[in-house]
Amino acid sequence: MAKIGTDIVKRGMAEMQKGGVIMDVVTAEQAKIAEAAGAVAVMALERVPSDIRAAGGVARMADPSLIESIMKSVSVPVMAKCRIGHIVEARVLESMGVDYIDESEVLTPADDKYHINKRDFTVPFVCGARNLGEALRRIVEGASMIRTKGEPGTGNIIEAVKHQRDMQAAIRRVQSMSEDELVAESKNLAAPFELLLEVHRTGKLPLVNFAAGGIATPADAALMMELGSDGVFVGSGIFKSDNPEKFARAIVQATTHFKDYVLIGEVSKGLVEFAMKGIELSTLKEEDRMANRGW
Amino acid sequence: MSFYARFIKKGTAAPWRRPFRIRRTRWERDESMRVGVLALQGDVSEHARMLTELGSQTVLVKRRPQLEGLQGLVIPGGESTTIGKLMREYNLLLPIRAMAQAGMPVFGTCAGLIVLAKEIEGASEAHLGLMDIGVNRNSFGRQRESFETDLEIFEIGTDLFPAVFIRAPHVTWVGDGVRVLAHYQDRVVAVRENNLLGLSFHPELTGDARLHQYFLSMVKESVKVFEG
Repeated sequence: MAKIGTDIVKRGMAEMQKGGVIMDVVTAEQAKIAEAAGAVAVMALERVPSDIRAAGGVARMADPSLIESIMKSVSVPVMAKCRIGHIVEARVLESMGVDYIDESEVLTPADDKYHINKRDFTVPFVCGARNLGEALRRIVEGASMIRTKGEPGTGNIIEAVKHQRDMQAAIRRVQSMSEDELVAESKNLAAPFELLLEVHRTGKLPLVNFAAGGIATPADAALMMELGSDGVFVGSGIFKSDNPEKFARAIVQATTHFKDYVLIGEVSKGLVEFAMKGIELSTLKEEDRMANRGW
Repeated sequence: MSFYARFIKKGTAAPWRRPFRIRRTRWERDESMRVGVLALQGDVSEHARMLTELGSQTVLVKRRPQLEGLQGLVIPGGESTTIGKLMREYNLLLPIRAMAQAGMPVFGTCAGLIVLAKEIEGASEAHLGLMDIGVNRNSFGRQRESFETDLEIFEIGTDLFPAVFIRAPHVTWVGDGVRVLAHYQDRVVAVRENNLLGLSFHPELTGDARLHQYFLSMVKESVKVFEG
């Protein structure tokens, strides 16, 4: 008997993306450029995060016709975002055959208390997290892949670094704890004890952990890999730059060979000055911070 | 009796002082198989873990120099377009093709099977193009249609093998020298052609190591042929 939508099938899909770059695209043409550059998947969006920031207002799931045209144009998996807690947007995406759903803080949340119960779905979900507790809460809800939240659309890597470092440090701390300490830590992190025990035993999250939010250059991507990410999401960075093809290829290469500094230098030539301008986080108002959405 | 006491009683030197013993460990180390996992993208660590647990020396291959001295190579699951593209970018296609043609066993799972195939439906060119088969990508549908099931693979015994199919390809045609090892419904999902082994599914995601063991026995055999 064949079984669909099991944990191993959903998490396995994320395993296949490891070491790769997932790129935000807003048109079928961009999706083709991303695929040709070596993206392992594309994220179909109405607007990239930096444009969402600039436009303001409510950001929602992309137009189904746009997602459909992107799905038709590439053979790599297509992901799409739904609003936090918006069960129906997620169901619509699932029914369209989207390969992965990102329940994303980049869009305006639909529910201020609850995330979607992702166990109910056949399609796998990726969710953002700022620390270990948040990651484990998402996993309990049924997420099959975790990514750092970072601060999307800023072109500023500091938040993604902070989230990845927090997570890795917390994992190392949990690893060295005794079982009774783990019970207390479970309360501190507001995360389920059983999952914490698993992290304690294996020394890693039980699923794939990508980096996202603020990656703007090949060196940024390599930095996130260096810090223990399994792969990277690049949002505004690529198609907001002057030469998307070159930029996309450079980021793919820097992610694969993240320890080959000669190569990263080589592929970065002539790119850095075209990288998106970015936003210094101290100038960002607290209510404009996307990472604070969700719990 | 402690481990060392046994040697003292017999009047022989401790193991590290006996030339015979030292030579033997060296010999054992040389004999251990050196198997590479193509580490450009995909679920590299799962394969590496399994091979290491089975006692082979595992090398992650990102560049040409790491191919040196390999006795077998695994091409993992991942995105075949990405893996194929990066193989071209770093000039890995030609050396791997040459090594496989000289008899080095190559094991491809899912994306790895696509990379091995001579013909890819809907794509203009093959990647390694070593195996005399045609493949159809994502032939079981999109991710929501991905599934797990149990397969009969008599080559490795009568117990069913747990197989995970993720946006999996299937083999559309096979050439003369290709042996079909497993079917799922009417589709060919596991094939072997001499030193090449290809699967539509992911044995590295389950705890069952029989197919990796089977591959390592292929490696052992090919090493014997080379030396004898």
